[in-house]
Formats: sequence, structure tokens, C-alpha cells
Amino acid sequence: MHKLRIQLIPRAEASRFWTFASPLLALVITVIIGVILFAALGKDPVRGLQVFFWEPIKSSYALGELMVKATPLLIIALGLAVCFRSNVWNIGAEGQFVMGAVFAGGVALLADKDTGRWIVVAVMLAGVLGGMVWAGITALLRDKFNANEILVSLMLVYVADMVLSYMVFGPWKDPQGYNFPQSKTFEAVTKIPKIMDGSRMTIGLLLGLLGAAGLWVFLFRTRAGFALLVGGLAPAAARYAGFSSRRALWTALLISGGAAGLAGALEVAGPIGQLTPYVPAGYGFAAIIVAFVGRLHPVGIIFSAILMSMFYIGGELAQSRLGLPKSLTGVFQGLLLFSLLACDTLIAYRITIGKKIGVFPTQILNS
Amino acid sequence: MSTQPTPRLALQGITKAYPAVVANDGVSLMVQPGEIHAVLGENGAGKSTLMKIIYGAVQPDAGSISFDGQPVTIKNPVDARTLGIAMVFQHFSLFETISVAENVWLGLDKSLSLNEVTQKITAKAAQYGLDIDPARPVHTLSVGERQRVEIVRALLTEPRLLILDEPTSVLTPQAVDKLFDTLRLLAAQGCSILYISHKLHEIRALCTACTVLRGGKVTGVCDPRNESNASLSRLMIGNEPPVLVHRDVVAGDEVLAVRNLSLQRADEFGIDLNAVSLTVRSGEVLGIAGVSGNGQKELLYALSGEDVRSPHDSQWIQGEKVGRYAPQRRRLMGLHFVPEERLGRGAVPSMSLAHNLLLTRDQAVAQQQYKGGWIDVKALRAQAAQIIKRFNVKASGPDAPARSLSGGNLQKFIVGREIEATPKLLIISQPTWGVDVGAAAQIRAEILELRDAGCAVLVVSEELDELFEIADRLQVMAKGRISPSVNIKDATVEQIGEWMSGLWDSALPQEVAHA
Repeated sequence: MHKLRIQLIPRAEASRFWTFASPLLALVITVIIGVILFAALGKDPVRGLQVFFWEPIKSSYALGELMVKATPLLIIALGLAVCFRSNVWNIGAEGQFVMGAVFAGGVALLADKDTGRWIVVAVMLAGVLGGMVWAGITALLRDKFNANEILVSLMLVYVADMVLSYMVFGPWKDPQGYNFPQSKTFEAVTKIPKIMDGSRMTIGLLLGLLGAAGLWVFLFRTRAGFALLVGGLAPAAARYAGFSSRRALWTALLISGGAAGLAGALEVAGPIGQLTPYVPAGYGFAAIIVAFVGRLHPVGIIFSAILMSMFYIGGELAQSRLGLPKSLTGVFQGLLLFSLLACDTLIAYRITIGKKIGVFPTQILNS
Repeated sequence: MSTQPTPRLALQGITKAYPAVVANDGVSLMVQPGEIHAVLGENGAGKSTLMKIIYGAVQPDAGSISFDGQPVTIKNPVDARTLGIAMVFQHFSLFETISVAENVWLGLDKSLSLNEVTQKITAKAAQYGLDIDPARPVHTLSVGERQRVEIVRALLTEPRLLILDEPTSVLTPQAVDKLFDTLRLLAAQGCSILYISHKLHEIRALCTACTVLRGGKVTGVCDPRNESNASLSRLMIGNEPPVLVHRDVVAGDEVLAVRNLSLQRADEFGIDLNAVSLTVRSGEVLGIAGVSGNGQKELLYALSGEDVRSPHDSQWIQGEKVGRYAPQRRRLMGLHFVPEERLGRGAVPSMSLAHNLLLTRDQAVAQQQYKGGWIDVKALRAQAAQIIKRFNVKASGPDAPARSLSGGNLQKFIVGREIEATPKLLIISQPTWGVDVGAAAQIRAEILELRDAGCAVLVVSEELDELFEIADRLQVMAKGRISPSVNIKDATVEQIGEWMSGLWDSALPQEVAHA
């Protein structure tokens, strides 16, 4: 009798195969745990999977809804990818999203029936500005006082929520709104144009896809993007080359803040159509997972944004169809992230099962 | 040598493989009691792995170890210490903010009081002629003093086998002599010593036995006292080191001038620069000697522009003030710099060689004046391929990540990147540190060729041998100050060694005449 040994053996080179296969394996593991979860909750696992993975894509309308939710995730995550790649830990995209919504909402409320269609551009630019201002506070405090950007950006999320609440409970409350805490509905002229009739998809989706292409070019084909990457991967090398770390900090935070703010504008002037206290839907936090599951790569982020959007819709459907709590969405998001982190081990290590072979293991798990 | 006593340590067929390399391949080694036994080999020959195996920090895949005739398994360093094996690492493990005695106390039996530890240190230090003050905080100690603390700490465990890993790289020639006296005394009392080094003359002066490693295998066991540098070198690298041609070149105009550069340390454990002055002219190599940690790092940060706090008129390139200029601006003026740290500073480990060009070269960027210029990836790869070819870099191609190269090959690439830019002024730090002998010879030859072509070269190195080989003039850094310049033809190892302790003021009058 011998003990079964599972060994983790370091690879000489990071595995290219597993760099791409790891997110897929993580998805499979998430699904398997999901099945177990449904069974444990006393629901039919097949039905559960159907709700999460089939319902959101089974009709063109459902696909449209999938894209509506994927759009903000995509745009925010693209911006975050710039941050994380340059080693700037902006955790507060949610706050920048909310401030983008507030700024955009402010502009949208200025419109009246005679305003021209140009107001849409102004609304979107206001959103970008709002996000940049909010992220800029983090950049400023980090730059001037070396304040930790993780804590500052995170705490500013709650400040942003308070600002939104103040506006909708106070100055911007709709006088004809039966005292509900919400602004009046924006004029039709401020609405973000839809891609086609019969769907809620807006040009925001196109902007997101354009953004992904633009980000790829910026990161991998321009010197400014290269400088950001070096700053994240090897700060001493960036200093040696003469790439300014302050410039990198500001660039990364302003890009990601602007992206999150734009997403906020697209959301309030798009599907929502007014400011309410329910604007913060957690997209800013979910986008962190989207960015990492997408390998901080623009193409990967497109896919992971769609996947994460599925979880959102699946959670809502699970509530209405299966009578399960909506927080199932968060459970699936967490499962996916943790599975991914575990699967990423395979990029740097290979697993052998059985007797000791050849090289000596650095780590032995006896079972 | 007819009746051998039981060997203190005997290794038989030790093998250790890592994913990419077999570090030790059937290595056998025998150390007698009271013997100073050298383990000689190039960087990457497997010396460090072998020592880690003896010290229990790494487990071998195959092979056996016996200590005092008993077969043993050394699972971890605690086992090793129980057996009586002590090790002084190349990189010290001392806490900077607490005193010598407290540092030693940390590793000892907690039943002792700090006073008792202090007494033990003083007694042990006196016994072996090691001069240390147990009450001083470690951050006030020089590197040589820190090494003495490490040695005393090791000796307090009453070792029967003491392992020293490249102990002289941080010492002045005079301090090396003192260390050797201590080691001989220790050996005479029966303690065996394993002495790891790649410096041939030291091994011949100190050791009574020598095991030579090359590529993880034992290539020879000899008595170094009966060998020559050439014969040891043949065992170590397979042939004799190539000879450099040092042509006589008349130095031209002043390219770099540093005038009275004083600079406060940027971090707590750095060194203040104190009125550093030097000049480098075109067609000459100025060598900066000195033990690391005496201000070289700080000087290089200031010269490269990575630290722009220096007064603007303290540095001049071709008659222009540059003290506050950032690295890119200096590069445009013809200054290129090869830092000591290759991975992480000179190159981004995970990026391809081609992309690493972009750190200091922008020929492949469309609009060079604009920082947001487009990168022409095709041109970039072609440029990298050219450097790889010209400088004989062993790499799978322009797309190979920097970290996949050996230290020597990466250094050849980085040096090549800077030389190919045809600099007016090249500053290079520890050009051959951790580089194999073949690559080191090539890099030194490239430096001399650049000098012959009229470039001004500043070389900072810990290796005196290297500086004597390539420099035209020498200056020495000690405690943030810099010595006067001395022509290489007039310099002696003894004099430079004394200067490395900061003692050049007495020599000043006659040296001023030279300058």
C-alpha cells in the first residue's frame, strides 16, 4: 500500500495553454459547484442551470438584455484593466460610476423640450468628467500625501452614494414625484440612442467595443501604454527608463474614472432614465472580477463582461422563477473568482498524481 | 597522508534537479577535520545549491551525506545546526534597527540574558581577533563589520563545520587578510571550513583542498597550493581566461564632470554623498572602486537621473549643467547607463527582449519627440534581433522574455542595447557581477572597444581585478566620499585597499600632482 500523492511541480516556463484554459476550467468548476448548490437548496439542478446559462441567450430580446447589463461592466472593466496593469489599485469604480451618473443626470435635468440632440454628447461628457473628478481625488491624495489608493477609492464609494442620495432627496427631487426620492424623468431628447427597436441596447455597447479596441492599441502599440505597463510590472525599470510614476498614477486613475463615469452616464440616461437611490447596482465592484477573469486583456474582458452579465440576469430569474434569493448572483461571482484564482496555479505549476517521479517536489500534499 | 582520519563531512552522489536545470549531478565531496576546503566554480555551477543541501535548506533528489562517519539526513537548518554546521550567507540576515547583541540574542537560547549574550560575544570576538562592539545598532555598521557579526554569531554555536559563501566580495583587501587569519586560527582548532568562491588567488592563498564544480558536476579535486590560476581556471571553465588588449588611447575632451556633489540619503539606510568630484574624458575608462554600500548606489542614481535632487550645477555633460535632468533628457545628450540590477531595473522580467529595448531606445517609435508615439513592432523586433546577433546573446529570439535568459546573456543584451546606441558617455555598474567567465570577457572587451572609439566610460565595480584590467584611472569611494584619481599604472592593490577604508587624506599631496 502506498499513499496517493498529489504533487505541485513548478514549471520551467509559464504555461501558455493554461493562461487561456484556466478561465474556462474555472467556469466549469463554478457550474459544478452551482449544480451542487441547486441540489442542496432542493431545486432541480438542470432547471437552475437553464435559468443561469440558457434563458439569458435563448431569444433576441434576452440577448439584448444580456448586452444591456454587459455594457457598463465592459466599459468599467476596461478602465480598471489600465489601473491594475499599472499597479494602481482603484477599488472605487462604483463611486466613480455613481458620480458619473450624478454629473450626467445634472446635465440631463437642464434639458427642456427645445433642447437639441447634442445634449446627449454633453450628458456623456459630463459623466466622464464626473468619474474623472472622483478618481482624481484619489490620485491627488496618493500623489500629494501618499495616501493608500485602495482605501481612499473604496471610501469615496460611500461618499458618492451619499452625494447621490442628497441630490435625489433634496435639490433634484421631482416635485410631481409623490415625494419619492427620485429626480424627474429625463427629457426624451437626452436619452442615449438605441441600437435598434425592440431592444434596450444603446450605443453604449458600441462605445464599449470601440473602447476595447482602443485599449488594445493604447496598451500594446503606444509608448505611453508601454510606460504604464512597465510601471506596473517593474517600477524600478520604469524609473530607470525615466517613465514618470506620477504620470502613470494620474493617467490610470483618470482613464478608469472616466470610463466608470461614462458607464454611469449611459446607465442613467439609458435604461434607467432618471436619478434614483438605486443607481448604484454594484457594477463597479463586479467589474473588478470582470477585469481579472478577462485577464486584464481587452478581448478577454468582452467575454467576461458577458459572463458576469449572465450571472446578474440569472440571479434575477432565479428569484422570480425558482424562488431563490437574488444574492445568488454574488455567490456565483465569488465562486468564479475563487475558482479562477485556484486554476491559475496551473499556469505556474503542473500537477502529478501518484508516485514520486524525477524531480523532487517543492510541495507535497498527502492525502 | 596514509591514514586518513574519519572525514568531517562526506557527500556521495548528490543530485538535485530543478525544472529547467540539473543544479547538482552526482556530486561527491569530502572535508577533513580542520581543513579549509574550497568549493570553486562559476556562477551557476551549482555551488549554492550544494551548500543549501548541506545546510538542510534544500533536499537532494539522490545521494547520501555522512557527518563524522555517521550517515545523516539533514531535513532543515535546525538539523544542520544540531550537527554542528553553521553557515554565513552572502546576504546577511541582520535586523538593521536593533543592536548587534540583540541580533545575536534572537538566534540563541532564550534563557540567556542580554548581558550574558553581550559577554559571550565580546569573549568570542576577542578569541578570534574580531573587532566588534555588541552595543552598536546594526545600521551603523559597515558591511565588513556586519560580516564579523555574522561570523561571531556562527561561532557562538561552536560549529564543527563552518560554511562561508563568497565572504570576501564585501571586504577590502586588508580586511580579507584579517578574515583569513581568523579562519586559519579556527581551522587550527579543528573546525572544518567550506569556503565558496570564484576568486582563484584567494583560494590558493587560504585553502588546503579544493573541489571544482562546472555545470553541476565535479571536474576536479586538488590541493590549490600546488595549482596555478591557469590550471584552476581550466578546471573551472574548461579553458584559460582570454587576455584583454588594452590599447593606449590619448584621452580627449571632458565629457562628464561631477563637481562637489553632496546629496542627502534618500532612504534611512542609504549613504550621504559628500562633495564627490570626478571627471571622465572621451576615450578613457574611469573605474570607481570600493566596497558596495559606500555611496556608489546613490552616486549612480544621481548620475542616471533616477534621483534628480542633486544641485543643477553639480553635474555637467559636455559643458552643460544636467544635475536636475531626468533620465530621458540625459539619454538624448548621449548618456547611457547599465544598472547593477538586471532583472527589474535594467529589464522588465516578463517582457520580451524586443519590448525591453523601449526602456532606453526609441528608434522603433514613430514620433520620438512625443511620448505617445506609435510603436512599430516589426522594426522593434528587427532591432532586437540585430543586437542579439551582434552581441552573441543566447536567446530563443526577440520575443524571449527577459527572465528566460541566464544572467550573463541578459547582461550581454542590456550592455548591447546601450552600446548599440553609440553613447558619448557610458556608465556601467558591476558589469560582470554574476556573469560567467566567457560573457564577462566579452563584456569587458566591448567596453574597451567603445573606449577606443572615443566614448567616455565610467565603471563602478566591486571587483578590483576587473578594474585593474579595464580602467585607465581609478577613484575609490568610501563612506560617501571619493578619493583623488590615480593612474592605473601607478596604482597598487595595497594602496587602493587602504583607500577603500577611506584613508586617502595622507596620500593627498603627491596625488594632487598627478591630476
